[in-house]
Amino acid sequence: MDNALYDYALRLGDDSLVLGQRLSEWCGHAPMLEIDLSLANVALDLIGQSAHFLKLAGETEGKGRDADALAFHRDVLDFRNCLLVEQPNGDFAQTIARQFLFSNWQELLFRELTRSKQATIAAVAAKAVKEVAYHARLANEWMVRLGDGTAESHARAVNGLDWMWRFVDELFAADVELEQLISAGIAPDMRGIRDEWDLRIGRVLEDASLGIPKPRRAAMGGRAGHHSEHLGHLLAEMQFLPRAYPGATW
Amino acid sequence: MSSEWPLWEVFVRARNGLAHKHVGSVHAADARMAIEAARDTYTRRLEGVSLWVVPSAAIAASDPGEADVLFDPAADKIYRHPTFYSIPEHIKNI
Repeated sequence: MDNALYDYALRLGDDSLVLGQRLSEWCGHAPMLEIDLSLANVALDLIGQSAHFLKLAGETEGKGRDADALAFHRDVLDFRNCLLVEQPNGDFAQTIARQFLFSNWQELLFRELTRSKQATIAAVAAKAVKEVAYHARLANEWMVRLGDGTAESHARAVNGLDWMWRFVDELFAADVELEQLISAGIAPDMRGIRDEWDLRIGRVLEDASLGIPKPRRAAMGGRAGHHSEHLGHLLAEMQFLPRAYPGATW
Repeated sequence: MSSEWPLWEVFVRARNGLAHKHVGSVHAADARMAIEAARDTYTRRLEGVSLWVVPSAAIAASDPGEADVLFDPAADKIYRHPTFYSIPEHIKNI
């Protein structure tokens, strides 16, 4: 059980960490100052969540690794995030499409996790669910404006969604490790939440004059460490400094 | 691109019971997005409990060239200041 919990805490922490790092790539490069700030705010919220989850993972593992050790001294095959969060930013519409799919899922996940029998997970989820509700709201508003905006913004929103859509099924999948935690009342069974997520996504896409993307063969494997090529590049940038200068402080 | 988005003036109420106070401005395509941008720009450090945004174009301003005419006459009318009352110590906002 400890092994499954360690793995689950990594999944939660890595989702937030990797997406936080991705979003922070926009810092100083967003099309407008206001967007720069809002994306950086979301990134900081996510990195804050990941610190809590990775700390729990380290304590559960019991080998003396803290959140920093797990974030900066772990190799790509040991990351347990879903494939969606490691996808490249692309243009602004692609970034928003990823956020839209992910934050709506994460909000439902954290809402369920507030009832987790694992006290730390329940406490972190209770605090984070408000942040994530805002992330979802921000992404929903932007989806509508991009989809219902100009011909160009609409086309970009379609392309962004099309890129991200094949990574959705992984969010709702369960494997042997997760089944253990679902039976123990520690993790929710997201398969039961899929309809609610579909409804939310469908409502926003309708407002946005965007259709549900065509079904595509699902890409999975992130939870088992089989990542796309993009994650290695992201980690190389994120981990360079602590690896090149171990123990560096400022 | 920023020239395509209108400017909005942002007002924050720091606590219930206080008035909204002007804190700055944001660019946004519409009122709802202006609220989001204002939230992210001006209330990140617990500055407020309520936000207003107003299109900057909707604000009519006094002419700085007329400042003398408008404001100087008030300078020597000390009797207009309610400074001759003592304020009870437990009153925090007045």
